[in-house]
Amino acid sequence: MKKSETRTRYLVNFLAVVLLFVISLVMSAAGGDTLKLKVVPSIWQCCYLIIMAASLNLVLGFLGQLSLGHCGFMAVGAYTAALISLAFQRAGFYEEKSGPAFLLVLLLSTLAAGVLAAVMGLLVGIPALRLKGDYLAIITLGFGMIIVNVINNLPFCGQQGLGQGSASSALYATGLGFSNDEKVQYLWVAVLMVILCMTAMLLFVRSKYGRAIRAIRDNEIAAATSGINVSYYKVLTFTISAFFAGVTGALYSCCNAALATTSFAFTNGSILNSVFIVVMVVVGGMGSMTGSVIAAVALFLLNYTIKNGAWVSALPAFLQNIFAYPMLVYSVALIVVILFRPRGIMGSREFALCDIPKWPGMIKAYFTSRFKGKEAIRHE
Amino acid sequence: MSEAKTPVLETRRLGVTFGGLHAVQDFNLSIYSGELVGLIGPNGAGKTTVFNLLTGVYVPTEGTVLLDGVPLNGKKVHQFVEAGVARTFQNIRLFHDMTVIENVKVAFTKDIHYGLLDSLLRTPKYWKAEAEITEKAMELLAICHLEDKANVLASSLPYGQQRKLEIARALGTNMKVLLLDEPAAGMNPTETAELLDCINTIRDQFGIAILLIEHDMSLVMNICERIQVIDYGQTIASGLPKEISNDPKVIAAYLGE
Repeated sequence: MKKSETRTRYLVNFLAVVLLFVISLVMSAAGGDTLKLKVVPSIWQCCYLIIMAASLNLVLGFLGQLSLGHCGFMAVGAYTAALISLAFQRAGFYEEKSGPAFLLVLLLSTLAAGVLAAVMGLLVGIPALRLKGDYLAIITLGFGMIIVNVINNLPFCGQQGLGQGSASSALYATGLGFSNDEKVQYLWVAVLMVILCMTAMLLFVRSKYGRAIRAIRDNEIAAATSGINVSYYKVLTFTISAFFAGVTGALYSCCNAALATTSFAFTNGSILNSVFIVVMVVVGGMGSMTGSVIAAVALFLLNYTIKNGAWVSALPAFLQNIFAYPMLVYSVALIVVILFRPRGIMGSREFALCDIPKWPGMIKAYFTSRFKGKEAIRHE
Repeated sequence: MSEAKTPVLETRRLGVTFGGLHAVQDFNLSIYSGELVGLIGPNGAGKTTVFNLLTGVYVPTEGTVLLDGVPLNGKKVHQFVEAGVARTFQNIRLFHDMTVIENVKVAFTKDIHYGLLDSLLRTPKYWKAEAEITEKAMELLAICHLEDKANVLASSLPYGQQRKLEIARALGTNMKVLLLDEPAAGMNPTETAELLDCINTIRDQFGIAILLIEHDMSLVMNICERIQVIDYGQTIASGLPKEISNDPKVIAAYLGE
């Protein structure tokens, strides 16, 4: 790629990101009931799902290792952020959730959430990444289950938190836990977080690190004989992925007034469960960051409309009965995507604003090649 | 060749046992820089096993591999590469979902010194290193006549070019010894001729030692200065191509007695 082109691409992306940020500020300023009750809470959820899917994509799509315990890291992050901010609040560092003191605490607890999750990732990753495929999946699955039980039994993670009350599966007090008004007020925090995390992950992937881990995914032995320290890059990626899952946890604890370990458990029936995050990555395309964004938003919207959409009640009764079990709908959606786009919506491509002018040509080429293929079969 | 000179790659009584099977036994080899040595033998003789021992993929149960006189015992595969051993594979192992130039760039990874922060902040150090390796990678691709395919996915290259790309990638590791495992397998005569050209260029330009496994006898006899023949994991002959082609043991191993 030419130097000037690279520069234009960075500039365009930077401007787009700034625009996104400004839109979030405008939305905060605008207010209004629909925005407050429906749109903004949804955006918050989308934000953490996006970072979650993208961070898992580092491990699953770029490193090529199946991890089924990603929500475990998120749980670590969520509890860390909630408890650290709670400690600050109890110490009287801030009263209201506003002002620079609170923002400082928010920043601190988010970073701490990421770092602690990364440490857990390192501890799990060093032994686990000696294994491959199914065995790694089992270990990470085990981690996801164990961490929930550990948190359940930690006295300072239960009830009113920090020693007030005993160990339990729910934490009712958190220093973050935004109300709907605060979610509107701090919408920029969520958007900024997505922007920062996604940028960091993309830049990571587009460097020697990204090349190394994709090489490991494609052929581990060849990567090693090309001078890549396979175990180092594996553990590094796993740790970084856990860091971002931890940051996601901090966002999650901003969204919720109380935390319950069941929401991170493997058996969680809602959209937030480790397997569902895997589904997001697969649907979006393994090895495509923008694909993860698209899939996270799409699956969230699917989830949201199935549960809250007015159109659902207009459907025949038997369909509504199916919708009572949303997992059935997701599996159909997954099958449809896999049938038509076996490598996910985006494959391993990335969406880029600068590529939009090339789209008509690409679409045309796609259809002509498809048409040609069918012709060839017909002639045989 | 003077006696005092240390061979760039040397093995002493190298051997590996899988269960009760002696896959390779008492394997001795010395290669000096600039030399092109052939390693031949019937199917299943243990040639690829030797390569796996020389690159650290298998851990030898006896003997040592020395590079420039330094033993490489107990090192991991990537440390063998850092020491200066590069290889290609009999069954092509490219990074198929990456472009041709990225495949070569992967080999430079160990020589890039920017850190995580540099890549996240896109510091000048990052840009400089990336520009440098792009240039170097293009040079290597040019040697293997792949420069016009730089941005094509590796998996979409035709077979012969995939083999060449493997060589280009191996060259990227900045090696002292290059091990080529059946580079001409499955190639047509034209492709083989091109490959021969490519190997000669590499040897002249880089001045490295090359160890070659090959079944194409005309290729081996043509370019190798010395040949070592193994069968059932044991060296049965070694010497000049002419000597080898008349050696009764070698003929017996290939054709039966």
